[in-house]
Amino acid sequence: MSSRPSAKPAAPAPSSKVKTLTIDDRLVSAREDESILDAARDNGIQIPTLCNLDGLTPVGACRLCMVEVKGSSRLFASCVTMVGEGMEVVTDSERLQKYRKTIVELLFSERNHVCAVCVSNGHCELQNLAQLLGVTHLTVPYLNPKLPVDASHERFVNDHNRCVLCQRCVRVCGEVEGAHTWDINGRGIGARVITDLNQPWGSSETCTGCGKCVQVCPTGALTEKGKSVREMSKRTRFLPYLTMMREDRSE
Amino acid sequence: MGKTITIDPVTRIEGHSKITLKLDDAGHVSDARFHVTQFRGFEKFCEGRPFYEMPALMARICGICPVSHLVASAKACDAILAVKIPETAAMLRQVLNLAQMIQSHALSYFYLSSPDLLLGFDSDPAKRNIFGVLEKNPQDARDGVRLRRFGQQVIETLADKRIHPAWLVPGGVDQALTADKRDLVLSWLPECYEIVGRTLERTKQSLEGFREEIRTFANFPSLFMGLTTADDKLEMTDGVLRIVDANGKVVVDNADPSTYRELIGEAVEPDSYLKSPYFKPAGYPGGMLRVGPLARMNVIDGIDTPRANEEWAEFRSLERGAVLSSFHYHYARLIEILFGLEKIDQLLHHPAILSKQVRAHARPNNFEGIGVSEAPRGTLIHHYRIDENGLIEWANLIIATGFNNLAMNRGILQAARHYISSQEIHEGMLNRVEAVIRSFDPCLSCSTHAVGAMPLVVELRDAGGRLLDRKAR
Repeated sequence: MSSRPSAKPAAPAPSSKVKTLTIDDRLVSAREDESILDAARDNGIQIPTLCNLDGLTPVGACRLCMVEVKGSSRLFASCVTMVGEGMEVVTDSERLQKYRKTIVELLFSERNHVCAVCVSNGHCELQNLAQLLGVTHLTVPYLNPKLPVDASHERFVNDHNRCVLCQRCVRVCGEVEGAHTWDINGRGIGARVITDLNQPWGSSETCTGCGKCVQVCPTGALTEKGKSVREMSKRTRFLPYLTMMREDRSE
Repeated sequence: MGKTITIDPVTRIEGHSKITLKLDDAGHVSDARFHVTQFRGFEKFCEGRPFYEMPALMARICGICPVSHLVASAKACDAILAVKIPETAAMLRQVLNLAQMIQSHALSYFYLSSPDLLLGFDSDPAKRNIFGVLEKNPQDARDGVRLRRFGQQVIETLADKRIHPAWLVPGGVDQALTADKRDLVLSWLPECYEIVGRTLERTKQSLEGFREEIRTFANFPSLFMGLTTADDKLEMTDGVLRIVDANGKVVVDNADPSTYRELIGEAVEPDSYLKSPYFKPAGYPGGMLRVGPLARMNVIDGIDTPRANEEWAEFRSLERGAVLSSFHYHYARLIEILFGLEKIDQLLHHPAILSKQVRAHARPNNFEGIGVSEAPRGTLIHHYRIDENGLIEWANLIIATGFNNLAMNRGILQAARHYISSQEIHEGMLNRVEAVIRSFDPCLSCSTHAVGAMPLVVELRDAGGRLLDRKAR
């Protein structure tokens, strides 16, 4: 099981210490408690992400935001790597593109992502990434696992065929809604998102039915029941507002 | 010594198939079989999916007639929801289904069959295709392209996408029609009326030259099935089932399509992936049915649009009782295109066509749903069962081409017996055997629940299977 996220305490006051570093040959400055990803975005440099979502604790699960840092041969997930003084960061290189493409290919091969007949077709972050990175076909074989669809909930559906294990549902339920209905069961390729103690979603006693998990899910894994193909578009903008409002209240 | 001639693959049809002709010692055709060599398995892999995904999932069966599957599937889902869809939604589905029928018929008539009809069954096979037609009869080729384009453009205008649109949903359609779009579609109609008018005239005049083909292209008694309106007029989208016999006598009338299992049985043959549905009360294979344009012309008592009705009356005067030659599928297809244009015209002038009320919302209220509509090639049945969570437990599809399987098999035997009587293979003879299949316009991708224009290979084998002769196109 993953480490259990819990309702976030009010964020500590932002640090006032500033670090200077270069990202893609640009000299930038960032607060010392900022991640490379945030620093890059503040400066208009886009790094592809999938598990990351504004308003949720970063976990570095998808590895798409990997960057190169001079002086180290390994790659760093920029969402969970803090800036450092004098750091030289490269966000886009042939090597990074190859790794990112491979990650997306592996995500597609691991489950049954059939975009053409998916309710999230046209509104899917995985599909967008594939387009962005030019993944037109797979160089690895599809695993075609036989995975169930949990349609036991009155209003929502969990389709494991489309899940990328980003854990956004786990985090939003634990950190924002505070219900902690979602979790991850199993390891590696056998890992699955589960509700409560791996029981049908419809029989979950902790689920409040708020639907936040559905809205933050980047793919067609968690959807509203009854949406036809291409009809399921998600709203994630509520999240930063919600966290901001709560922080205001706790002051 | 007996021989087997194999026509593999059959060309200018939709899908993969081959024909084997068995010759006896005297060189006469003793048997002919139509084998569908592709396998799809849609009924199996939709199991476990939410039922409301079915229309879009099932549309993927075919790139030629996705809308037909959308319609039948959406109707099956309506039955699961137990809703009566809004009037406007029903009319919009009709327009989409008619547009689909027009583009598919134009494809069959002009792209696939006009090379035989205009250039001749014995013409040079290298040029017996739509490009050959473009060279010799440029107007006809252009007409075909224009008509097909009209159908596809209507689909795109209404549903955003020409192929595999997701506009049809359980409970209705997903967006209302706007006045701009309606007017755009209406503006295309005059040209299309002209095209179908002149093509009908030319076709009727040419019939005299095809007397031998008319006599031998699957021309025999059978039952005919199709949907009709409550007052027995031509109907493509909703309606009730009617079956008539070779004399035109009504055998089954006003049958609720959801009772199809009382009427239809499905048989499986060992040499084809295509099932052979038959009329249950008459048994197998005696209950041979034909569906599609010819059958629809035979089951109805008229058409509720004026020009198509006149053409229908003339068509039915070809024979007393039902028109039996499958060669006349081509002619019937043109009458249906005319009906499609007139009906779209009527529907788009309906005062409620722009209403915003186009979708009924409900949760599943039935565990089972049956949707029946007329696809271009004939009656199409989608039947689903769901579990208490709305996931598909079981699905059964009966596709138009399947209904015609028995008749196609018998049709190629009839044509082969007539045209092939020696041990010599003449390309034009074999082309006529293939053309019998083409007249039915089978869609094998659909009916086996592939695509391709491949070269024709004919093999001549002796009774022991030894290759004697081989000709490749």
